[in-house]
Amino acid sequence: MVKPTRVTNRIRALRFARGEMTQAELADLIGVTRQTVIAIEQGRYSPSLEMAFQIAHVFKVPIDDVFQYPYSEEETK
Amino acid sequence: MTLEERRAWIRLAVAVAAYCAYVAVVLDSAGGRPLAEAGYAAALLWSVGASIAAAIVIEALTGASPRMSRVKDVRDREIGRLGDYVGQSFVVLGAVAAMLMAMAGWERFWIANVIYLCFAASAVLGNVTKVLVYRGRFPQW
Repeated sequence: MVKPTRVTNRIRALRFARGEMTQAELADLIGVTRQTVIAIEQGRYSPSLEMAFQIAHVFKVPIDDVFQYPYSEEETK
Repeated sequence: MTLEERRAWIRLAVAVAAYCAYVAVVLDSAGGRPLAEAGYAAALLWSVGASIAAAIVIEALTGASPRMSRVKDVRDREIGRLGDYVGQSFVVLGAVAAMLMAMAGWERFWIANVIYLCFAASAVLGNVTKVLVYRGRFPQW
C-alpha cells in the first residue's frame, strides 16, 4: 500500500543556519539534483541512508539532528 | 525540472503521437473494409521506428537549459525503475494476449495490433508514472 513518509527533517533550518546555503549548493555538495533536495525538504522523498549521512556530514551534525521519525505509542512499547 | 523528468515528458508525448498517427493511418487505409484487411505492417514498423528516432532527436535538439540539472541521481534512478516496473505489466499482458490469440487462431492483424497496443500502453503508463512521481510524492510501501 502506498503511504506518505513519516520521516521529517530540518534541512531548511540547517541551511539557513549555515549562512543561507542554497538548495543548489547543498545538492552539489552531496551529488544530487536540486529537485531531489527540494523533494527531501518537502517530505516528498525519503533519502537513502547513505544520502542522509552525507547531508548530516555537510551540516556537521548527527543524523538525528537532520531527520526525525515520530514513533507511535504502539511502536515504542 | 531535471533532464530525466523532461526525458519522461518527451517519451510520453512521442509514444502518444506515434500510436495515434498509426491508428489514423490504419483506419484510413481500411477505407470502409474490415480492419483485418487493412495494410498495417509498414505503418506499424514506421511508427515504431519514427517514435524511437523522434525521441532521440527531440532530446538532442532541446538540450539542457542552463538551470536544468544534468546530474542523474539516485532519485532519478529509483523513479526510472518504478516507471519501468509499472509499464512492464502491459508488455506481459500483451505477450500473454498474443499467445492466447495465436492459439485460438486469430488473424495476424489482431495479434500484431494487440502487441503494439500493449507496447504503447506500457510506454504511456511507465512515463505517466515517472511524471506523476516527479511532480508528487515518491510512494512508500
